[in-house]
Order: sequence, then C-alpha cells, then structure tokens
Amino acid sequence: MKYLPLIWANLMRRKARTLFTLLSVLVAFMLFAMLGAVNQAFTGGVQFAGANRLVVTNRVGLINSMPINYADRIAKIPGVADVTWQEWVGAYFQDPRQPITGFGVDAASFLEVHDDFKLPPEQAQTWLADKAGVIIGPLLAKHYGWKIGDHIPLRSNIWRDKQGNSTWDVNVDGIYAGGQGDQLLMHYKYLDDTRAFRNNQVGMFMLKISDPDHAAGIAEQIDGMFANSDAETKTSTEKAFVQSFAAMLGNIGKIVVGIVSAVLFSMLLVTGNTMAQSIRERVSELAVLKALGFSRRGVAFMVLVESLMVTLMGGALGLAIGTVFAGAIGSKLPFVQNFNTPPSSLAFGLLLMLALGLLAGLLPATQAMRLQVAAALRRA
Amino acid sequence: MSSPKPIERPQTGAPLVQLQGVTKEYRRGSETVHVLQELSLSIPSGDFLALMGPSGSGKTTLLNLLGGIDRPTSGSISVEGTDIARYGESELARWRAHNVGFVFQLYHLLPVLSAERNVELPLLLTGLSASERKVRVQAAMQLANIGDRAKHKPSELSGGQEQRVGIARAIVGDPLLLLCDEPTGDLDRKSGDEILELLQALNREQGKTIVMVTHDPHAAARARRILYMNKGRLSTEPEK
Amino acid sequence: MRWVYQLFTVCALNLRNLKGRLDSSLVAVIGFTGVVMVFVAVFAIREGFDATLLETGSPDVVIVMRGGAGAEVNSVLSINDAKQVTGAPGIVATAAGPLTSDELLVQLSMPKRDTGLDVNVPFRGVDADAFLVHGKVHIVAGRNFQPGLNEVIVGVRASHEYRGFDLGQTIHSGPYQWNIVGLFDDGGVYSSEVWGDLTVMQAAYKRGSSLESVYVKLTSPDAFQVFKDYLTTNPQLTVSVERETDFYAEQSKNMSSFITGAGAFIAFLMGIGAIFGAINTMYNSVSSRAAEIATLRALGFGRSPVLLSVLVEGMLLGLLGGVIGGALAYVLFNGIETSTLGSNFAQVAFSFEVTLRLLVQGAVYALMMGLVGGLLPALRAVRMPIASSLRQL
Repeated sequence: MKYLPLIWANLMRRKARTLFTLLSVLVAFMLFAMLGAVNQAFTGGVQFAGANRLVVTNRVGLINSMPINYADRIAKIPGVADVTWQEWVGAYFQDPRQPITGFGVDAASFLEVHDDFKLPPEQAQTWLADKAGVIIGPLLAKHYGWKIGDHIPLRSNIWRDKQGNSTWDVNVDGIYAGGQGDQLLMHYKYLDDTRAFRNNQVGMFMLKISDPDHAAGIAEQIDGMFANSDAETKTSTEKAFVQSFAAMLGNIGKIVVGIVSAVLFSMLLVTGNTMAQSIRERVSELAVLKALGFSRRGVAFMVLVESLMVTLMGGALGLAIGTVFAGAIGSKLPFVQNFNTPPSSLAFGLLLMLALGLLAGLLPATQAMRLQVAAALRRA
Repeated sequence: MSSPKPIERPQTGAPLVQLQGVTKEYRRGSETVHVLQELSLSIPSGDFLALMGPSGSGKTTLLNLLGGIDRPTSGSISVEGTDIARYGESELARWRAHNVGFVFQLYHLLPVLSAERNVELPLLLTGLSASERKVRVQAAMQLANIGDRAKHKPSELSGGQEQRVGIARAIVGDPLLLLCDEPTGDLDRKSGDEILELLQALNREQGKTIVMVTHDPHAAARARRILYMNKGRLSTEPEK
Repeated sequence: MRWVYQLFTVCALNLRNLKGRLDSSLVAVIGFTGVVMVFVAVFAIREGFDATLLETGSPDVVIVMRGGAGAEVNSVLSINDAKQVTGAPGIVATAAGPLTSDELLVQLSMPKRDTGLDVNVPFRGVDADAFLVHGKVHIVAGRNFQPGLNEVIVGVRASHEYRGFDLGQTIHSGPYQWNIVGLFDDGGVYSSEVWGDLTVMQAAYKRGSSLESVYVKLTSPDAFQVFKDYLTTNPQLTVSVERETDFYAEQSKNMSSFITGAGAFIAFLMGIGAIFGAINTMYNSVSSRAAEIATLRALGFGRSPVLLSVLVEGMLLGLLGGVIGGALAYVLFNGIETSTLGSNFAQVAFSFEVTLRLLVQGAVYALMMGLVGGLLPALRAVRMPIASSLRQL
C-alpha cells in the first residue's frame, strides 16, 4: 500500500517506544501460545482423541476391576467393531519413584483398536509370538536407553506373583510410533497368569465403534448390560475420559482463561496508551494531512493501521516463539501428552491480535478523525 | 526533467474565487466572537493577493475559509463556479486535495518523512502510480529550487529550505489556488526574500493564483495587490 | 547530606507533576497489579495445598504399608501382616491391645460441584481404633457411622467439593448405597475423604480380608526408630514404615514443585511484559520532564539524584501495583475451596491461602519490576544534554 511508508515512518518516530510496546505484546502472545498448549494437553484437544473410541471402566471407580469376560458380551453389541482391554501394571524400573505408564494388554485386539499406535509388521509379529514380550514408546526408549532385544526386569508396585515377587522379566520386541509415546505394553496373559490376585479381571476396556454418531446409544447399552451386577460399568467417549482426568487437576480451563484475560487486558491498556501518546504528539501533523486533503476516515484509518501493525507484528512473533517453546517443553514433560500449541489457539490468537489493535487504536483514531484542522494548526 | 504543463486557466481577469456575504463567528464560552463580517471578495485567476492586518483581524480565518479547512457561518464561497461553503467534510477534503496548496508559517512538514516523501504526500490522494508521482515530485522540487535536498529529513534542513519543501508540496498537485499563511514569518531577511521571489516566479511564469497573508509590508509589496483586514472587514486602505 | 536533600527535592517535584502523566502511570500500575495478582493467586494454591498436607497427622503416628508401594492404593497387606505389626515395640497399649488401625483406601468416582465432571474421592475403610489413632479427627455434625452398616461419615472439605455429599444424603456408587450420617474434620487431608466401616467395604470391594495400610499410635515420637527397626528386620515382612507427618509431607512435594515451577514461569513472563509496558511509561515521564530536569541540572543538581528519582518513581509505581494486586488476590481468592489430584490418584481438597509472606513477596516482586522498568529511562534522563533540553522550554 502506498500509505505504508508514512505509517511505518510514524511507528519509527519513537523507536524505543514502539519497540517496547511491541515487546510487551510479544510476551503476552508468547504466554498465550503456551497456555494454549496447556489447555490442549490438560483439557483434551479435539485432535487426538478419536470420537469413535469408547472407554469402559468400573462405575465405582478406576481402581476397581471388571471381569475379563465382559469383552465378549461387549463385542456382540451391534455397532461395536473391536474390543480390547488393558490392566494397569504399576510398573517401574529400579526406582519406584519413577513410575512407568505400563499396561497388560491383549496384543492383537489392542493394535486393532489403538490404530494410532503404529508398529512395523515384523516387530508386531515378534511381539505376538513372544509371551514375555513388550513394545515401548519412543520417549521411554530414549529415557532409559532401551533398544529392541533388551531384557528388562520390570517391577510392579502393586502386583505380586504367588511367591511374593514383584518382578516380571520382559523383552523389548518393538518400539511403536504415534499414539502416546511414553507407554510400555506387555501381554496381559503374562501378567495375569502369574499374579497372585485379581486374576481374570481388567481395569479398562476400550472399543472402536463403526459410527461415532452411535456412541451415546452404545454406551447406554453397555452400562445397561452390566447394571445391578457386581461390577457395574461406566462407558464414556475417549475424549470425555481424557477430559475428566484433566479436570481432576483442577479447573485448568478457567485458570488459563483467567490468566489470559488479565494479560490481554493489560496489553490493551499498554498498546492503547502508546497509541494515544503517539497521536497526542502529532496533532499538528494530522491537521496538516487533513489540510492536504486526507479525509477524516483516511486519517482515522491510518491510525488504526498503525495500531494494528504493532499488535500484528508483536503478536505474530510472540505466537511463533511461544509455539516453539511449548513444543520444546512438551517433549520434556513426563506423562503429559499433546503439550503443543494447537492451530485453534493460533487462529484465536490472530483474532485477538486484530481485536487488540483495533480497540487500542479506536480512541486515538476517533480523536484524529474529529480533529479540527484550523484549530489544530492555530495551536501549533 | 520537464515540468508538467499547467492546466489551461481562464485568462487573468476572470474571477476564480468569489466570496459573497461571508460571515464567520465562533463561541468562546458564553460569548460569541465575530471574526468575519459580511465579507465579499473577488479573486481573479492569476492574481497575487496579499492580505494584511493586525493579529486577530481574521486574515488567517479568511485564508482557512478559502482553503476549505474551515466553514463559514453564512455566505457563499465560489471557486471556479463551485460553492464550497455547501460542501460536507469529506467533499471538502476531496476538493482540497485537488484544488488547494497550503504554505504554512511553521512549514508543518512531517518530521518522520524525508523531503521528497513530504512533497509526495498530496499525490498519495490521487490515483497516480509510483513512477508518475516521482516525476511530479522531482519537477516540483526543481521548481522550488530544493531538488538537491530530496532525501533529507526536515530536521536536517534550514528554515528557508524547509519552506521551499513546503512550497514544493503545495504545488506538486498543480492546484488552482496557492494559500500562504505568513510564509516568511519565521525566516531571516535573506531566506525570506528567496521565498518571496519563488512565489513571484510561480505567479508570473506559471500563472498560479496566490493569496498570501502577511504582516510584513516588505513581503506584501511583492504581490500584485494588497487588501487590508481590520476587525473582520476588508478595505483597500490600511487602518489609520 | 546535601545529596539526600537533592534526591528528596527531585522526587518531590516528580510527584507534583505526576498529574500530567496520570494515564500512562496508571497503565504501568495496572500492568503490575495483574502480574502480582496472578503471582499471589497461583502461589496461594501451593500454600493452601501444602498447608493441608503438612497439617495432617501427628509425629507419633506411623503408617505401615507394603514395601515399595509408595501409596496406599498400591499396597496390599494381609491380616497376618497386620498382626505382626502389633507385635512391634513402642505402640501405645490399651485394654483391647496395642493401638493400631487397619485401613483400606479405595475410591469413589463422583462429580465435582464446580465442573460436574467425575473425580476420584478417597474412600477409607476404618474400624473403631481409627478414631483413637487419628487424634485430630473429630465429628463436627451428625454422628459417627455404626459398624456393619452402609453408613459413612464425610470430611467437611469433601462435602463442599462433591455433589450429593451433604449430611443426610446417600451416595450412590455403582451397586452400592452409602448413607451419610455425619461430617468430620481433622484440619488436614482426611477432611477430603469419606470414611466407612472397614469390614463392609472389604466385602463391597471384594478385598476379602486384605488391607492396604496399618496406622500405629506410638507411645512417643521418639519410639519411631525402635519400632521401625523391629519391622524392617523381620524376614516375614516386607513393609515400608514412615511417620504419618512425613508421609503426607512427602506427598505434597510433587504437586508443590509443579505449581511452583509453572507459577514462577507464568509470573516471570507476565513480569517481563509488565516491565516493557512500564519502560514506556517511564520514558514518557522522563521526556515530559525534560525541561525541568535540564533546569535542575543547570542549577547545579547532580546526576545521581536525577537518576535515582526516576528509579524511585518506577519503584513506587511497582509498589502501588504490588499492593493493589496483592489486596485484590486476597479479596478474590483467599479461602476459596478447591481440590486437585493427590498421589493416591484421588482428590485432595484445600483452600487458597494468601499468606502475609506471599503478599510481601508479591510487593517485593513488583518493586523489582518497577526498578528494572525505570533503569533505561533513568539512564536517558541523565544523558539528556542540558542546553538543548532548556531550549525546549
């Protein structure tokens, strides 16, 4: 645009002031991007939790189990494509204070239902054939330096075998990609055959349904099927399940919104104040522009563009830096999945930048518009 | 670089600007100040008119009305047949962009822009391309004898040089009217003379119609005719 | 002394023409207020959480779990194990035998009042001894549960946190009903729990006769070591033995460091943003006083009073923001009850605690931000050339 040199020159008028305003906006949006990652990780983003997967747990609580034969009955329900199960191992390696997210699973059905866990066919074959085999996620492999072929004495802080030992020797048969990267999956049978109690029971069923729209109906059916039994069930979508976990930490969503609002409000004032100061200083110049024939709207528009330039530049940089930081932090966090800034945050951030620029420039722009040329020139 | 041909003007003598019964008053608190009283004035094309008078006499107000940066309380201001007193804000702005060039006592250059960018400003309001603008800017600056300072910022220029830039800016769009408010008021004698010579040249050689407000009789003498303002009224004689 | 007089004069002058810079000063103050408010609020969470956990238990009560369990939910003890524990030295003796409490900690999946989403409520199965061992636990409303029945008592914090946990209501959990006959409090973690009859719960949760933990009342805190040694050297037992106070204090560490880390990070970033905003304010302040500063210097005032006066102004703005932010945090957040995930994978209920120490820390933080914000402008103030600034007059 041909007016850009003029608008740019006005921003450069007080370089320090523009710079610090921009930095202020930058930091604000950096925080915004990172809080967006927090929000996604802890309240469950739409992206990763498939709407076509349901989770079944004991209605009384997660800590309770359900008979494994529930699986057959669930599988018979129309609309259910695959069923699998998993049992919490309470696993650790050497140090009980560093828990490992480990499950005893039914390998074949697990891979069917959790199709986001990608395993090369040869590794899958080895694992299926190896009774004491496990597959691990890349984060786990990296952390402990485990490779395919390693033998690991896995300990459990819950289960004991009939002799009272809590060690299960396992072999690393594969390293999967995708899914949740920090898990260890062993064969349920290996765990259950040897453990001394809670045999033939599992803590969670996961099933894949053919049509996401039927989720509610199928959930009702499952829970109805086991109502009034010793182990009543509670079925929910995977997304709802993850969200309820996050909710246990606290009302994270509200906290994030609270902080972001406080920060943005502050930003609005800072930017607005800078714009107001800037306009106040060049009253006579704005009058000259009007004298030259620039319309009121034109002058107001230039002021708004100026304001927008600050918020857009600062905001875009801030979002970019924040996203990079969030990704870096996310890769270091144990247990937490999907800690990165989702595109929805970026889109929303862009909207906020625009709103911020417009709001901050509104009052100064109106002042510029209302400026009486003759009076302003007389004053100078 | 040849200067652009001036648009064909009516001959000297045909009225370019015609004021009829123009009154300007404004409120100051509870009082009403009458700045201009039933003013009538005719300015032929190619005229170089000097307006003199004591401060507070309303000469700047008259200039502002002529330039469309202020509106009269009553009366008509006809420029080339159009009564600009009836125009709304945006129409006036548009009209100004194409028809008026201002030269201010304090130059009023934008300090953030270079000299040539300052001169270019009025042209941003036209539909000209960047290269076309550049041609006219250079021509205007040559005419004002300030072409060698194109890239300098106003803070790097002397008062006289700044005023030249101001004049270049005022003529770059080839306007009908050149309105000067105390153009030499802030300059020393030598620089002031140079500016006045430039204005005279623009009037004589380019046929520009100029209205100049000044309190300096020395400057007024450069014009073709002088009118005196006192308490909102015009006369051909200075107040005794 | 003259130097101090100069400083005082400059600061006084500074304050006097503050009125002209009110709006930009306000912006800086609001920025600081926001930062301190968030800072205090987040750390009030930690203070509250820590306070609840550190308040729990007594140093003369010991918790025995299976070795390596780490948390009660992971532990499994048999009746025999519990019996062996009673044989250890140092336990308070009663007419009925050594004072120990056999306990089972499970969970109830219940909706939280504020989010409506299900969380895990700790559900502890105890017998009559529990009330003798856990001395701080006392009934505050209704009555204690009767053994052998589906009756429970609910901690006051728990009753605030979860739906359907008022006195007289019935908790529906899967196939079971639990009638709330009383409310209790201990000033600590137990107030987040629901307590019921051990035997009834063992049956309901199909635990047979197994337990998860044994709480033991020692004759005195000093009896701990002897007690512990006896158990850990017993070849038939694999147990972990900890003081109750230590056990719960340990639990607070993880969440505490998480909140501290996250909170500090957020407060730091916000602080930087506020500082940038303040720098603009201070630059504005300095430039609007350019002529005045030049005059003072022409009169003979030294550089340092001028420089310091700018820093002082920055710090005052910071302090103001800090005090307001702290006050707001106190008014808005102090005492708010909430709960979060504890190490048993169940909720720990606590209140935001805005302590005096926190308020002071917040104010100091704001003071520092104001100081940093004033640095560059202060340098500019003394670098302004006197002559040209005077010309502006």
